Amino acid sequence: MAYRWKNDLTQADVTPKSMFLNRRQLMGGAAGLGLAAAAGGARAQGALEPNTLEEIRTYNNFYEFGTGKEDPARNAGGMVIDPWSITVDGLVDNPGEYSLASLLDGLTEEERIYRFRCVEAWSMVVPWNGFELADILAKVGVKPEAKYVAFETTVQPDVMIGVQRRVIPFPYVEGLRLDEAMHPLTMLATGIYGEPMAKQNGAPIRLVVPWKYGFKSIKSIVRISLMEEEPPASWNIINPREYGFYSNVNPTVDHPRWSQASERKIGGGLFATRQDTLMFNGYEAEVASLYEGMDLNEFY
Amino acid sequence: MQVVGGINTGLRKVPAWLVYLAGLGWAAYLFWLGLSNQLGPEPINTLERLYGDVAIKLLILGLAVTPLRKWPGLNLMKFRRAIGLTAFGFVLAHFLVFAILDVQTLERVWTEIVKRPYVTIGMAGFLLLIPLAVTSNNLSVRKLGGAGWRKLHKLTYAAALLGAVHYLWLVKGFQIEPVVYTALIVGLLLTRIKWSRARAVFA
Repeated sequence: MAYRWKNDLTQADVTPKSMFLNRRQLMGGAAGLGLAAAAGGARAQGALEPNTLEEIRTYNNFYEFGTGKEDPARNAGGMVIDPWSITVDGLVDNPGEYSLASLLDGLTEEERIYRFRCVEAWSMVVPWNGFELADILAKVGVKPEAKYVAFETTVQPDVMIGVQRRVIPFPYVEGLRLDEAMHPLTMLATGIYGEPMAKQNGAPIRLVVPWKYGFKSIKSIVRISLMEEEPPASWNIINPREYGFYSNVNPTVDHPRWSQASERKIGGGLFATRQDTLMFNGYEAEVASLYEGMDLNEFY
Repeated sequence: MQVVGGINTGLRKVPAWLVYLAGLGWAAYLFWLGLSNQLGPEPINTLERLYGDVAIKLLILGLAVTPLRKWPGLNLMKFRRAIGLTAFGFVLAHFLVFAILDVQTLERVWTEIVKRPYVTIGMAGFLLLIPLAVTSNNLSVRKLGGAGWRKLHKLTYAAALLGAVHYLWLVKGFQIEPVVYTALIVGLLLTRIKWSRARAVFA
């Protein structure tokens, strides 16, 4: 089942390691010469250039570790990720508590370079390493009555400052319709740039659904449940007027806080220009059929 | 009280223009941090927030001048105009980063102001501050007369409250900073209420 979707980008498009480690330095040097604007502009045009590992690891939303973008990188160090087990329950043939290794055993790991669009109107391009969720679901056996998949993030209050402060209700939960979960684009990722997933990025295993706003791509998963009813989703519970269950990237459906028509790719410096946001984050050809006949203004 | 007296004596030697200089220097330093890639991967948003944060802190400090003089007896009166004008400078810088670097086109600026309540509120606070900044000089005080000038400048109360609501509204989830700022502003405004008169009215 792996390789059902092929990158239109190849390995050659991934910035070589020496480059992605150095680019910040190069940018810094350019800024010193007063060329920041030119460099920012040039980068914004190369729309699908992956972000640097440093950018991906230092600009995160992971409210368990604080609400600032730099907080997760600073505070996630104490999270225990080894050993890691995932409870699979609900409408499955083989429920149980799986170790990470046993859940992934025998599956094919792939690299997928995806756009990543946050509901806050910023975006990145991330070279993920991981597995098609469909392969994992096939392994545990989905019962025919199952219509949705629910996910839950670990809660480790002692090492999670955001949990202590009750920033939002925890555990963080998310969900997908089964056809969304089975879609070839949907993956569970365990690494970025060929490196193990950093804790602030959702180690050791997280969901990646590239055509939905980033908060759907739940991090540090400890439970996967197959269910018949639509499962709860954290931001939808916190503020149902602003966050729907589907939360597909859609430039024509505005969020009350942020215009979704345009976005700014992270890494363009102080003079980065905005770019138009694409329908379904650029994956319209692949996923539009999932929502045929649905009013996306109603099911936002 | 001796300590306060000592501070007051010391402050007498500090010229008020140092506040402007410090404000300008700090604003320029933050901008330079952004320019030289030292504000993280998303310098525009960070700079926007940093300017907004200094602005609300200075607004709070400005509101604290009168109560500080009343109770511990700390006299910052001579710096109040400079604190207010510097606060306005940071609000202006915050707006400019929002309009020019963040949202980038006039059309989008307008859409943001009209469509997003927290932007509308922030903008209202900014507009209220403009007449205050314009009249923060001796000539205006003379022209408006002391009583008229003081009346006009009570708009700072509304502006500070709008700033607090703007901050409360824009954050996601429960965050401590905007709550603390709001509590401080409300507390400082409560010190303005003349309780004897209020009691007379409500009795």
